[in-house]
Amino acid sequence: MAQVSITVNGRQRTADVEPRLLLVHFLREHLNLTGTHVGCDTSQCGACTVLLDGRSAKSCTLFAVQADGSEVTTIEGLADGDRLHPLQEGFWEEHGLQCGYCTPGMIMSAVNLLHDNPQPTEQEIRDGLDGNLCRCTGYQHIVNAVQHAAERTNRG
Amino acid sequence: MTAPAVLPKLVGQRVRRREDPRLIQGRGTYVDDVTIAGLQHLAFKRSDIPHGRILSIDTSAAEALDGVEAIFTGAQIAEFLGPMPVPTPFPAPEHRAVAADVVRYVGDPVAVVVARDRYLARDAADAITVDCEPLPAVVDPEAALSGQPAVLHADFPNNVAVGPLPAGTGVGRGGQVDDSAVDGAFAEAEVVVSQRMVNQRLAPTAIEPRGVVAHFEPGKETLTIWSSTQNPHILRTHVAALTGLGQDQVRAIAPEVGGGFGAKINIYGEDLVAAAVSKRLGLPVKWVEDRSEAFLATIHGRGIIGYVDIAARRDGRVLGLKLRLVADIGAYNMLLTAVVPTQTMRMANGTYAFPVVRATLTEVFTNKTPTDAYRGAGRPEAAYFVERAMDMLAREIGMDPAELRRRNFIQPHQFPYKTQVGALYDSGDYEKALDRALEKAGWEQLKAERDAARADGRLVGLGLSMYVEICGLGPSARLPNGGWEYSQVTVERDGRISATTGVSPHGQGNETTFAQMLADQFGVPLEHIRIHHGDTAVVKQGIGTFGSRSQAVGGAALHLAGGKVKTKMAKFAAALLEAHEGDLVFENGRIAVAGAPAAGKTFAEVAAYAHRPVKLPAGLEPGLSEEAFFEPPNNTYPFGCHIALLEVDRDTGEPRLLRMVAVDDAGNLINPLIVEGQIHGGLTQGIGQALVEEVVYGDDGQPLTGSLMDYAIPRATDFPRFELDNTVTPTPVNPLGAKGVGEAGTIGSTPCIVSAAVDALGGFGVRHIDMLLRPEKLWRIIHGGNA
Ligand code: FES
Ligand code: FES
Repeated sequence: MAQVSITVNGRQRTADVEPRLLLVHFLREHLNLTGTHVGCDTSQCGACTVLLDGRSAKSCTLFAVQADGSEVTTIEGLADGDRLHPLQEGFWEEHGLQCGYCTPGMIMSAVNLLHDNPQPTEQEIRDGLDGNLCRCTGYQHIVNAVQHAAERTNRG
Repeated sequence: MTAPAVLPKLVGQRVRRREDPRLIQGRGTYVDDVTIAGLQHLAFKRSDIPHGRILSIDTSAAEALDGVEAIFTGAQIAEFLGPMPVPTPFPAPEHRAVAADVVRYVGDPVAVVVARDRYLARDAADAITVDCEPLPAVVDPEAALSGQPAVLHADFPNNVAVGPLPAGTGVGRGGQVDDSAVDGAFAEAEVVVSQRMVNQRLAPTAIEPRGVVAHFEPGKETLTIWSSTQNPHILRTHVAALTGLGQDQVRAIAPEVGGGFGAKINIYGEDLVAAAVSKRLGLPVKWVEDRSEAFLATIHGRGIIGYVDIAARRDGRVLGLKLRLVADIGAYNMLLTAVVPTQTMRMANGTYAFPVVRATLTEVFTNKTPTDAYRGAGRPEAAYFVERAMDMLAREIGMDPAELRRRNFIQPHQFPYKTQVGALYDSGDYEKALDRALEKAGWEQLKAERDAARADGRLVGLGLSMYVEICGLGPSARLPNGGWEYSQVTVERDGRISATTGVSPHGQGNETTFAQMLADQFGVPLEHIRIHHGDTAVVKQGIGTFGSRSQAVGGAALHLAGGKVKTKMAKFAAALLEAHEGDLVFENGRIAVAGAPAAGKTFAEVAAYAHRPVKLPAGLEPGLSEEAFFEPPNNTYPFGCHIALLEVDRDTGEPRLLRMVAVDDAGNLINPLIVEGQIHGGLTQGIGQALVEEVVYGDDGQPLTGSLMDYAIPRATDFPRFELDNTVTPTPVNPLGAKGVGEAGTIGSTPCIVSAAVDALGGFGVRHIDMLLRPEKLWRIIHGGNA
């Protein structure tokens, strides 16, 4: 067992974990933050994407012990109280989700994308989401959702 | 007093989804999110060879691990769990959820571990050793038909699961065949085009893998099963039957389901094992599929070879079509395995008034994962064979592919139209959809652009395809568990509306579309309506979500139940208002005499009266809750036209889709935003089949596409923005005029892409290219290699 201390959605969480415990399972099973999903076992799908110290990361590809001392933001920590994040608004407004399984990871990747590039072109959005798979939407409404959020954020 | 503003009608509006707030905040509950105190985890030990006889299984090392609760081999499971259900009319070999003596595909389960946590369960499964005597693997479905190199099931000589089964012109009810009309048509032909085509195997790949939680409570003698399923009621039926419980003792819940695409219709062995093991041990158990496991353990789609012959005159008049099908169904019959390829036969007419059609189907067992329904389920294959044949014919006689189609369409006045293969098309206007697509794409200009690009040395091609498909499954005669749908609508005591539906949405948005319908039907705000689904304890009956039936069958049931409640509510309101019920209007959350809205009663007032009828109107029971079962008299047959512009890189062979135009006719639409989403998703899967997806097995029967590293599904960067339009031809089959749209995009797009690629490479002498259109394959065509 190894002790980890990770700040998740602003709250410090300390636990004894198996060294092989994946970060995604730490979030889901130890902290009951089940908004972060698992869609594959080879780091392809991005359903598990969270922010690790402000950058998007696939939480299935890290051990919890590797995140020791870090700050993690999950989908549950994105809204500001009752106020949705502009990307959450965008996904809702533009029908950027169907089954919703890819959605938390997709949104977290998009947060990273808009942080780096607040006014992306369509191609830049598609490139930025290349590590996240969605089987339902065909991505077009997801692109619209990110554009919606970008416009709204830039308008202030 | 002025009348309040009238609530806008919502049917036909782009209403944003009511499902989304929970899903965008990570508050949905999918099956892996379900926890119960004392939960145990299952892991399956699976065969790593395609065919073999189990000699012995050693579980001792696994049992020694601390925290392992139990291990069951196939033989032990067989003591308390019967064979898998196969309710189709075709004969099927016995199929055990966990193999006891012979394994028949890589991934066939041989033992199951029950352990304290999921990591430990996997450790224990890995610690089991299985000694198998390998048997020859049957991989090529056509070679398998001679019984070589082995026979999978002793009762099925030459590996023939079904067939040869004839259909179409000259085939009598008893299956007797008269070839004279078909032979006559081909003898008369000025041109015959023949081609063998492969519609390759695909992996459905919902992003949420399958999963199940089963909880048998010994004190109550009840079993609750949460499963990532498209049809909890059908699951309940089979789980009850196989665990020896009554249906009253089993509650099946489809929580949030992360996509299905047909693959989650099935009743899988893992669900049955979870239920049986939970009952046996008196413990709650969970199993969640790994993605790599999904490539073995979840059904595959497609996997069918078609030999097409099309006979025509040089003026483009088609005289007849022959289609001989060989379906590679894998190792066992699952729920609808045998039925899916029959849908390919059934759609062999396409959108055309072919004078004669003959289809013949043979289904073959091979040592592979079983096939079953994947988005489109038999119709994409039919559209592929027919539309590719039409495209080859157009090239052969030098005719514009749009013009060739136009000359052979079934005409609007011919509906309802009985095809040569026995389908009864409900309604259609194919030429309208074709014209809309040609206009949207700018067909003539596109042709000019293509030619100009070619003159510059670029390899650019245009593809066009029509499609017609089958939606709104039922009727009951055609589905093993019935083809109706169920709904209950209740006006609660406070005037708000609860409705249940037997369809089980997993992305389709029925919490929104069904609420839109009720909002209009009752004249109340959307916010006052809630749609419940996916729980057999809440929704009394149901069939489920598949075959694009949510709206056309489930929506119709909802509409009928709503109508019954409304009629009853009008009677209560009439008594309260001392008016005639025929004079009442439902508007703005009130019921009032037409023309005098101010004197009306609110929904809450009428509902309160109906639930406490101090003076009960004659002939009425208290309460405002009614149910309806809708049995569709026929299927619906939506249709459309898709057009693609595609370029192949001369140096790398890489195909690049430049434009994709889709015109679809799904009849009346409830929510165009949701419909567009369905079409986008369908297109992406259909184009994906042509350009990125293929399940591959080696000659030794080993799967080569065993993870998302080897099996590609489309990414955000792969395709351009889709250009959509629609025509509206309502169906007479249900009261909504809605046909269904879930699968449409997957059906027309695939042949369209392949035809565009063939057009792009036509200069190199090809007339057909089998999918998958790998860059290497295209490069070889360009550079003179062997394709
Ligand atoms: S779960 Fe698929 S990338 Fe992490
Ligand atoms: S919405 Fe279902 S996978 Fe993206």
